[in-house]
Amino acid sequence: MSDQDLIIRDLHVAPAAKPDHEILKGIDLAVGRGEVHAIMGPNGSGKTTLAYALMGHPAYVIKSGKVLWKGHDLLKLSADKRARLGMFLAFQYPMAIPGLSVASFLRSAINARRSGLNPDPAVDPTDAFKGGIPMGEFRKLVREKMTLLKMDESIASRYVNEGFSGGEKKRLEMLQMAVLEPEMAILDETDSGLDIDALRIVAEGVNAMLNPNMGVLVITHYQRLLNYITPDTVHVLAAGRIVASGGKDLALRLEDEGYAPILAEAGLEGEVGDEAPDGATPNEAAAPAMEAAH
Amino acid sequence: MATSRELVSSEYKFGFHDEVDYLEETKAGLTRETVEAISRFKREPQWMLDFRLRAYEHFLARPMPMWGGDLMQIDLNKIVYYRKPSEGEEKSWDDVPDKIKKTFERLGIPEAERKFLAGVGAQYDSEVVYHSVREELSKIGVVFMGTDQGLKEYPELFRKYFATVVPPEDNKFAALNSAVWSGGSFVYVPKGVEVPLPLQAYFRINAENTGQFERTLIIVDEGAKVHYIEGCTAPIYTTDALHAAVVEVIALPGSKVRYTTIQNWSNDVYNLVTKRAHAHAHSTVEWIDANTGSRLTMKYPSIYLRGEGATAEVISVAVAGKGQHQDTGAKAIHLAPNTRSRIISKSISKDGGRTTYRGQLKVVPGATGVVASVRCDALLLDEGSRSDTYPYIDIQEDDTTMTHEATVGKISQDQVFYLMSRGLTENEATNLVVQGFLEVFTKELPMEYAIEFNRLVKLEMEGSLG
Repeated sequence: MSDQDLIIRDLHVAPAAKPDHEILKGIDLAVGRGEVHAIMGPNGSGKTTLAYALMGHPAYVIKSGKVLWKGHDLLKLSADKRARLGMFLAFQYPMAIPGLSVASFLRSAINARRSGLNPDPAVDPTDAFKGGIPMGEFRKLVREKMTLLKMDESIASRYVNEGFSGGEKKRLEMLQMAVLEPEMAILDETDSGLDIDALRIVAEGVNAMLNPNMGVLVITHYQRLLNYITPDTVHVLAAGRIVASGGKDLALRLEDEGYAPILAEAGLEGEVGDEAPDGATPNEAAAPAMEAAH
Repeated sequence: MATSRELVSSEYKFGFHDEVDYLEETKAGLTRETVEAISRFKREPQWMLDFRLRAYEHFLARPMPMWGGDLMQIDLNKIVYYRKPSEGEEKSWDDVPDKIKKTFERLGIPEAERKFLAGVGAQYDSEVVYHSVREELSKIGVVFMGTDQGLKEYPELFRKYFATVVPPEDNKFAALNSAVWSGGSFVYVPKGVEVPLPLQAYFRINAENTGQFERTLIIVDEGAKVHYIEGCTAPIYTTDALHAAVVEVIALPGSKVRYTTIQNWSNDVYNLVTKRAHAHAHSTVEWIDANTGSRLTMKYPSIYLRGEGATAEVISVAVAGKGQHQDTGAKAIHLAPNTRSRIISKSISKDGGRTTYRGQLKVVPGATGVVASVRCDALLLDEGSRSDTYPYIDIQEDDTTMTHEATVGKISQDQVFYLMSRGLTENEATNLVVQGFLEVFTKELPMEYAIEFNRLVKLEMEGSLG
């Protein structure tokens, strides 16, 4: 283990709205650079909570525990600083920002990421004419990554996630990851909402991004994404704890047997599924239901 | 941006400035003698003096409007109603408040322009550019000059249209403006002429020192096309507490007029403006209007759709911070069949600021086939801020298609977190959400204005404007 690994120690997390109701009840995990870890688990196990807690979502409070990365006490840093250090979260439900073009958004994000923890005060990442990435370089970079993800360039002038299909949203998340070149990427249910062709394209994109400098945490309910992105380690998260870890075989076993046998081995029958939909924030909890209603 | 703005900056040299008489300024307070003195010193024709006096009488008789913002703090007796147009030598850069200087800097306005914008600079060094553009404009017959000069050089045209859109009896402050008006722009675009560049009034208005009772008259002849831009993002530094302007636009059949305003008054100013257009058959009139700064703004750009097939569009933005009230909106009055209007209003209130949308949509009997839409979105950035909507709708014709939508919202924590997770600070994230909210307006601006406007909104969000 080096201080370049992401090290999670006995992490306890609760929703800010219900601080006595812990969702994560002691997570221990280490992800090294160049490693791909998968976190699998049934609904309500705390997968998205883990993703949000690592990124610093204000709807969650850290009850106890530590997260160390690149020599920093990560939990002491705001979300933007974590991102500037190289942490990236691909959202399960990416937010729409009406009126903000994908191009402006990407340029602002690239500028922020590249400015690191001690930004030059003369550079305004959100202002195309106050420093930052030159326009030509920006266009070239975005085009190149769009090609990688087989995306239509017209997306650049659309507003961020507004009116996007589920698949378009997920691809935009991957495009952001590609241009931001994170050193630690958390993919939260990136496969959900993708049809099989889109899934393959996204997975190929991720595989092309894999490099020895980047750790990856793939969070998924189903193992199908792992047919394309091969994890070094698979962890099973249930009732706020990691109850089993293993190689890729573990994911295949889950596919064959479902979660029940492994949960039973961990003595967890009946303890799963008594929580809110997995990690959804109060606003988002309603979103899937609304979609279904339409 | 500098070059395009410079175009009109030296108008004084060639314009009415030479003809200005020796009156420095009138005494504070408004009397019949003041009105007469203004007209006399401008050597105006009798009809204009009569007009001013008629307006003055109406101003006296008309009570203060009580339906909008709080006007009771204005002391009309303390206001100086006429000041000699000034090149600003009597004021110095040192007198300009530090806050304003800082804002110029942060908006990225070049050093040379800053003094000019603050009203303390000498003539801007742009005669060469100015000359060539003036020549280009006059080659195609376009008139673009100060309103006082327009009255002298185009007396018949001027008299034919002046005050036909906004009569002095319209409201108390239109009456006040009519009595004491000075400055503003006079524009005439001949039949079928499309003006290739936006006409930018900015420099002249500032060089007039205050432009506090400016009067603008724009006549666009049949099939002609023009875009007029008033103001800019730089704070308008003025020692006067009241700005009461009148803008009249006449869009003759088949013409197209866009009038863009970005104004950022200093925070003690009452900005009470009457803007109205007459849209004749198959013409299009667009008001693109942003209001920031000021203590109270009351402004409702209006379009009277007088001819069949005319189109009206108003996109307005209001930003109210601490101690500010933006009481703004739009009016579309459908007087002819098959006319269309679209009103979009976006407002932001923060730090206890208050925005009010006040609009009117009217369709008279017989104006069949009208299509009209109104959309008002308000963004409240904190608990103490306030937003109200008063959409007056009066539709007297059954054959009308009309939609109205109004929303009041807050910036969601999840949007901010999403942007922060990409490395943007909380401030930057909030700004991007706000910029997105205003995009429907910003995208209508010429690019350099759009950039400045986004910067201005950023500064407003930080509460760092003077």
